[in-house]
Amino acid sequence: MSTVQKKKLLTGPMMRSAVKDSFVKLNPVTLMKNPVMFVVEIGTFIVLMMVLLPGYFHASEAIGFNITVFVILLVTVLFANFAEALAEGRGKAQADSLKKTKQDISANKVAGGSIKIVASSELRKGDIVVVSQGELIPGDGEVIEGLASVDESAITGESAPVIKEAGGDFNSVTGGTRVVSDEIKVRITSDPGESFLDRMISLVEGAKRQKTPNEIALNTLLISLTIIFMIVVVTLRPIAAYLDVDLEIPVLIALLVCLIPTTIGGLLSAIGIAGMDRVTQFNVLAMSGKAVEAAGDINTMILDKTGTITFGNRMASEFVPVGKETEEDVAVWAALSSLKDETPEGRSVIELVKKLGYSYDAGLASGAEFIEFRAETRMSGMDLSDGHKVRKGAVDSVKRWVASQGGIIPDNLDQHSNIIAGKGGTPLAVAVDNRIYGLIYLKDTVKPGMKERFEELRKMGIKTIMCTGDNPLTAATIAAEAGVDGFIAESTPENKIEVIRSEQKEGKLVAMTGDGTNDAPALAQADVGLAMNSGTTAAKEAANMFDLDSDPSKIIEVVAIGKQLLMTRGALTTFSIANDIAKYFAIIPAMFTLAIPEMEVLNIMGLGSPSSAIISALIFNAIIIPLLIPLAMRGVSYKPMSSTRLLRRNIFIYGFGGVAVPFLGIKLIDMVVSLWI
Amino acid sequence: MGIVQIIVVIAILLLLVKPAGTYLYHVFSNEPNKTDRIFGGVERGIFKLSGLNKREGMSWKTYALSFLSTNIVLVAFGYIVLRLQAGLPLNPNGINQMEQTLTFNTVISFITNTNLQHYSGETGLSYFSQMAVITMLMFTSAASGFSVAVAFVRGITGRATLGNFFEDFVKSIVRVFLPLALIITLVLVGLQVPQTLKPTIQITTMDGQIQQIATGPVASLESIKHLGTNGGGFFGANSAHPFENPSPLTNVIEILSMWTLPAALPYMYGLFAKNKRQGWGIFAAMMTLFVLLLSLNYYAESSGNPAINSMGIDVSQGSMEGKEVRFGIPQSALFTTVTTAATTGSVNNMHDTQTPLGSITPLALMMLNNVFGGKGVGLVNMLMYAILAVFLCGLMVGRTPEFLGRKIEAREMKLIAVAILIHPLIILVPTAASFLTDLGQGAISNPGNHGLTQVLYEYVSSAANNGSGFEGLADNTTFWNMMTGVIMLLGRYVSIIALLAVAGSLLRKQPVPETIGTFRTDNGLFTGILIATVLIIGALTFLPVVVLGPIAEHLTLR
Repeated sequence: MSTVQKKKLLTGPMMRSAVKDSFVKLNPVTLMKNPVMFVVEIGTFIVLMMVLLPGYFHASEAIGFNITVFVILLVTVLFANFAEALAEGRGKAQADSLKKTKQDISANKVAGGSIKIVASSELRKGDIVVVSQGELIPGDGEVIEGLASVDESAITGESAPVIKEAGGDFNSVTGGTRVVSDEIKVRITSDPGESFLDRMISLVEGAKRQKTPNEIALNTLLISLTIIFMIVVVTLRPIAAYLDVDLEIPVLIALLVCLIPTTIGGLLSAIGIAGMDRVTQFNVLAMSGKAVEAAGDINTMILDKTGTITFGNRMASEFVPVGKETEEDVAVWAALSSLKDETPEGRSVIELVKKLGYSYDAGLASGAEFIEFRAETRMSGMDLSDGHKVRKGAVDSVKRWVASQGGIIPDNLDQHSNIIAGKGGTPLAVAVDNRIYGLIYLKDTVKPGMKERFEELRKMGIKTIMCTGDNPLTAATIAAEAGVDGFIAESTPENKIEVIRSEQKEGKLVAMTGDGTNDAPALAQADVGLAMNSGTTAAKEAANMFDLDSDPSKIIEVVAIGKQLLMTRGALTTFSIANDIAKYFAIIPAMFTLAIPEMEVLNIMGLGSPSSAIISALIFNAIIIPLLIPLAMRGVSYKPMSSTRLLRRNIFIYGFGGVAVPFLGIKLIDMVVSLWI
Repeated sequence: MGIVQIIVVIAILLLLVKPAGTYLYHVFSNEPNKTDRIFGGVERGIFKLSGLNKREGMSWKTYALSFLSTNIVLVAFGYIVLRLQAGLPLNPNGINQMEQTLTFNTVISFITNTNLQHYSGETGLSYFSQMAVITMLMFTSAASGFSVAVAFVRGITGRATLGNFFEDFVKSIVRVFLPLALIITLVLVGLQVPQTLKPTIQITTMDGQIQQIATGPVASLESIKHLGTNGGGFFGANSAHPFENPSPLTNVIEILSMWTLPAALPYMYGLFAKNKRQGWGIFAAMMTLFVLLLSLNYYAESSGNPAINSMGIDVSQGSMEGKEVRFGIPQSALFTTVTTAATTGSVNNMHDTQTPLGSITPLALMMLNNVFGGKGVGLVNMLMYAILAVFLCGLMVGRTPEFLGRKIEAREMKLIAVAILIHPLIILVPTAASFLTDLGQGAISNPGNHGLTQVLYEYVSSAANNGSGFEGLADNTTFWNMMTGVIMLLGRYVSIIALLAVAGSLLRKQPVPETIGTFRTDNGLFTGILIATVLIIGALTFLPVVVLGPIAEHLTLR
């Protein structure tokens, strides 16, 4: 993650191109997709006609007012376009940097027995290419021969190279990444234009952005509210005419624009794009907005134990002396055996010794020879300069090593090692020359903070299920330690699908993470499947999101982002609709006061004059859009808590706020506007 | 003292809600219960006669079609009888056949449970028509509405099916309306309401003049008129007539008989939802809106007409113009509020002569059409607003909106959009159209703001299937008969069909289990949100016309 710095919310060039785009988006054909703003545009056009042809519309007297209304209406549409353009702009900036990676590169295609150099764009599915050290991989594919380390920083931002090898779960390579050592033979798995990189670019660009189901439903509601208010406004003119109250068309258009939900109408697509973008900023790519929405709805989360809940590598948690030895002796010799051992296990031994407060003479290691772990010996350690040989390793191997030097095996060694194994841990024996001191209890440890995360998930109403290949005893220990709601021990990929299906049968939405090919069916079955970028192509194809950093615990953040996206949409909808109350009280008295002076009583806000009241309400209606852009882009703040508390808080802020803010805003604007009108 | 009268009636209602709601649940849950022993036999007989032996659950489409076709048959029957009544039996007063457009308006008015009356019962209908058409339609339209409401509730609470329309229809009549109507009729007869087939009574008054006093089978019509929230009076003066509503006691009985069933439906819904708090939440929202609007009417009427007050005339009694002395302000205000809330449409005082502010109460209740509401439609409409409220605010808990464990998605929103659109559409468009034509304007008896209210009221009353008249509008013309006839049809059937479709669509969905993260619809917070949604979406739409009508009239009174 080190190279992925938090991108700034807005940059200068992004703003400039968004301003330009907001004018381009005035094109009615594009604007038609946003019916609420389209209605505003039509209103703008009508008022423009009245400004241009005042004689025809008998509107010469009110030309100043009409020009003002026209300008504010135009600005309203521009603001809404700007919000959308800005949100899209951030995605585009990211896509541009990805496109740089996607240059045409030459490939060494294996044709018959010989190798031919072709352009990467000519490669088709099934072609085989050879990639050597220093070369770019020409397309997505699977390693079919060899092993190499590959620098994937262009896509993941992670600078450390990863190992890719034929067979197994680490055989998928991505076009545009660089081989930094060795040589591999790759079978291409995608045609040009369909590669991972291509999909990624179109995803972040939002080129094929489709409205999510909830957006479609919300849009339906916004359209019907717009129609209702059109009915209200259109019928008002003849009804008022019966009372000899003549309502000017620009005034009616102003009323209509204020009442229809322009705030949410203008910001809706920006909220959606920004939500996707927040996921992308997090180095997770969602295949669709629908997937992010579904993440907010998740009821059950299935998490792999290893790598997600625990570190996966085993850490020293205890020193167990055997025979007549003491814990301190075990600890000291274990530390000495591990001084040059850079494996996580080795480092954890040193950490545990420090934690327990034992001291050892590091000087003994000077001039010592480090014995590396090898598959044949299954031990590692040091040959100290004073002649002592220190070893730690698999209990059987150490026993054999000690016995070969004529040492005696303590009686309770097997007993203790069996106890550790029974609890799901791994025992390592520690020996010096022909004497066994004791055991290191290696245990899988829960990542710090996981317990709190699961507590938060519970507050959101999400159940967590841990999957592990461990035996039930070990599984139960880790499950209790991590605080998950349930676990499946000795689980197979088929188990996962069963669990997902049975949860789904109860109407629950399930999220899971996975990376192996055998996870693919479960990833496809889950409502939200998060694949690891390090995983196989099959897993990535089946998932609807993938994490470029390959950190499976990110699924929890993805859920939070999904919820935040939905909350932002709801909050701004509520705010927008609640605004109508104040707007009614600003405009209705203003409309009728000229003909019915007694209406002044309803002017509870004490607005300066009818014209200034209408202008102020319109101005408020326009500027609230850009004022809310930061909120739409950032999302409303979200802390896990029960739905009732969450609702009470949001209703207070966005519901009551939505009622109160426009009263205040319109009054303030009116105080300024009435200086002129 | 006035307020005490009102509080006592509301208290009695509150006591009736639970037993009545429980009874309705037993009737429609289709699970065996004690009432089967009393009514089972009659029902089985009817089912056997009509060949309805299987009574399988229906899809929403079949349910809607059964509902529609039953209504069409009843309309056809009613139309023929009214057109031929002159030659049919039981016509002691020799009443002529009804004119075409008036007949069109009348049968639609009664099948849609509106009971807008452009005729006067004394002179326009034979006894046979009163009984075979008017009273019969009062039973069947109420039963139709009730059935639809129950089907809707079954749909959203996730029963196996929406139920069987014919079974629900028969059960509503046999187990609810007939027995209750029988009891209320007898009580009313005991309280001096006439029930006779004898012709008009002819008497000689003290100053020697001969006077015709209309009478007839009044009590039987009166009971179902209120129980079925129909509202069409035997006499033109409706429940203000001393034969329909002779005393304050009959007034209270009539109020309670039109209010109890609609008020008990939310409780029944709570039982269907297996969570009584859901029902009470809806009830609380209805009651809050009810009390608010009742207070407005009571306050405005008690304060009297400001123009008369300023002349120095004693107004300690309030505005008594158009009110019966035997009811006074409190019993009139309560009756007006209940009759427009429950979309009954009977009147015991002249709504046309209420103070401008007071007349906002009946207008607003019909514009909302969901504060208790009649024959189940009120509950269905309120639940529609509940779904809308969930949709608007539900996102704020970070989940896509769900109501009673079912996701609210695009399809439901489209259907609900139709249902919320139709109401303002069929009120505002015809109102505007009427002002554009001489045919419409010609009927207005008081020009100005009050005239605007007259026209508006007529369409609001038709659209909400309420049927109360503001009166003062010369509405028995081809124009008004046709316009209001079409609006009553649209007001009734469009939203019912759309909402049945919503129920059908929700029923098909896989329910989502409730967790701590679920948006709760059974607490006070939700009741508050629901009220706000009703006011902002349902009421503000009509604010401009209400401002031009009653509010402008009030402000310009002098």
